[in-house]
Amino acid sequence: MTNKQQLDYLDELEAEAIYILREVAGQFEKPALLFSGGKDSITIVHLALKAFRPGKFPFPLVHIDTGHNFEETIIYRDQMIERIGEKLIVGYVQEDIDAGRAVEQKGKNASRNQLQTVTLLNTINKHQFDACIGGARRDEEKARAKERIFSVRDEFGQWDPKRQRPELWNLYNGKIHKGENVRVFPISNWTELDVWNYIRRENIPLPTIYFAHERDVITRGGQYMAASPFLNMDDEDVVERKNVRFRTVGDMTCTAAVESYAFLIDDIIEEISASRVSERGARMDDKVSEAAMEDRKKGGYF
Amino acid sequence: MNILKFLTAGSVDDGKSTLIGRLLYDSEAILVDQLEALQRSNRKNDDGTIDLAILTDGLKAEREQGITIDVAYKYFQTEKRKFIIADTPGHIQYTRNMVTGASNSNLAIILIDARKGVIEQTIRHSFLVSLLGLPQVVVAVNKMDMVDFSQEVFDKIVEDYKKLAAKVGLENVTYIPVSALKGDNIVHASARMPWFKGSSLLAHLETVDIPVDTESDHARFPVQWIIRPQTDDLHDYRGYAGRVSSGSFRVDDKITVLPSGFHSTISKIELLDKEPETALAGMSVTLHLKDEIDISRGDILVSSANQPIVSQQIEADLCWMDTKALDPTHTYFIQHNSKVTRCRVREILYKVNINTLEKEFDEDFRLNDIGRIVLKTADPLAFDLFQNNKANGGAILIDSRTNVTVGALMFRANAD
Repeated sequence: MTNKQQLDYLDELEAEAIYILREVAGQFEKPALLFSGGKDSITIVHLALKAFRPGKFPFPLVHIDTGHNFEETIIYRDQMIERIGEKLIVGYVQEDIDAGRAVEQKGKNASRNQLQTVTLLNTINKHQFDACIGGARRDEEKARAKERIFSVRDEFGQWDPKRQRPELWNLYNGKIHKGENVRVFPISNWTELDVWNYIRRENIPLPTIYFAHERDVITRGGQYMAASPFLNMDDEDVVERKNVRFRTVGDMTCTAAVESYAFLIDDIIEEISASRVSERGARMDDKVSEAAMEDRKKGGYF
Repeated sequence: MNILKFLTAGSVDDGKSTLIGRLLYDSEAILVDQLEALQRSNRKNDDGTIDLAILTDGLKAEREQGITIDVAYKYFQTEKRKFIIADTPGHIQYTRNMVTGASNSNLAIILIDARKGVIEQTIRHSFLVSLLGLPQVVVAVNKMDMVDFSQEVFDKIVEDYKKLAAKVGLENVTYIPVSALKGDNIVHASARMPWFKGSSLLAHLETVDIPVDTESDHARFPVQWIIRPQTDDLHDYRGYAGRVSSGSFRVDDKITVLPSGFHSTISKIELLDKEPETALAGMSVTLHLKDEIDISRGDILVSSANQPIVSQQIEADLCWMDTKALDPTHTYFIQHNSKVTRCRVREILYKVNINTLEKEFDEDFRLNDIGRIVLKTADPLAFDLFQNNKANGGAILIDSRTNVTVGALMFRANAD
């Protein structure tokens, strides 16, 4: 054995993520894996298979359903759950709106993105989850670059950047008081391109919206939004048919499409490698202010 | 392609953030919308160029104060390597953040202002890098544009630093004269310093060797989780899930389980549906043993040929990270790999004045203090000395009242 033998970067990132998932299993009583149907949480499910098979996952999957999802995402979710045979818990934003716990936004750019936090916190509370695994990456946004892998949230779900625990070596301290919970980010050190390269290497199936397809869109703020009943449209909005794909997938009301002819994963990787715009450039929710993400995270958002 | 993790150490005005910004900018790792956001922020240098430093200051309070208050991680890659930068603050009050960043890095870039030379902060940063056992150091002599790109200035600083390196015990040191603001020798070689024959900073980072210990007799495998499906068809399946922290394991290797001391042989290595013959340092796998032994999370499987120390009394270097001072009467948690037990600090041997490197005696151990202590643990730990094996020689202290991580430990001797 020589000293020269080193892990390839994807092997190293994979090994680190599996290690983190197993730490969650070992340290917490009632963890959960927050599953959004996006490529990052799909990757984490794949990593969990590597971490725990042939055993069962030591946690359920939790989906916070805003009711404004892309249909393709829900189909994918249900098929995946059937394939892996794990438990899925769904928290519905609509239920919180109906009960008056969350209030629908008004106006042309209304979205349920903010309301997700209400349902997320209620779901955590209801099931008494002490750790929630998520697919956030530090390369996404500058406030996320400061996020710990084990991120302690208080009983209100708040993130306090000034009270973060130092993380030394690979020792993650998951000790918390009752009522607090820890958000865990196993793919913190991955970049968007790493995720795509890994998906390609591991042959992980994805929802069809990630690949180029024809779709009705309208233009808002220089970006293509999927035409849907959830979008508040008026006479100025013109529906066009475009060849598009989604680089990041959230709600239909806050995720913009990019014009693309990338039909295969190799095309997507080539497209991203050549792109000079970051992934979150397609997220309307980040453009509210310079500290939009930081503020949402302080309020309990993922 | 592999990953190099590095941190940058320098005091507030040494241009640390500018250096990182320049690395990202010149290697074209900054994307258009991020650049636009940068331009919107309206922070400009005197000559009207964009202030690259702002790229790394992610929090509101940091932008307000124009300083970095916490570790941030930045990512970029070239065709040769992927890089993870731990961007740590330079202020003395953030020593704990530098220790945190250094614990996760293979290399440190120590910035020195060419006009000031080796100063107190340089001593502190070098001491911390040595304490944390980083295998590689780059001394970047910055602001060479302010000293007319003078070779004499650079040579004098190198000469001074060599004395410091010998004093703190740093071995692999590379010296590069740079101007982060103007971009000299950061990504592109500088035409203004033809006397410098070495590589640019990026070229060095792309090619520097990262030593990894994969010798099989240093094999260490902390057990994180036991996989026992207990289904009809997998009734007897029992896999030990974890990550090889050092060395490597092969099928048929003789292992010992610590602290119990039971012996067995590896029968199978699994990674989902694959069965690799070898598990190398860094790999997360599931190990199977020929014998049924009682093993649980917190135990460690090691090569029978080379075993770590098993002891309840340990001499260690401690970096204190909490605003509440160390309380010798209080029982703390100690987390070493996947093992958590209780412990007490029995004795403070000395503290190190990290600006002068003098040893001092003081009964108080406060935020950012570093020194040598003796610990007594409730259960035995199976550890290596940090200088021999970083992966199995470090631990954290957790305050059982607040649950906060309050200390970093580097094991230095068996005190039994």
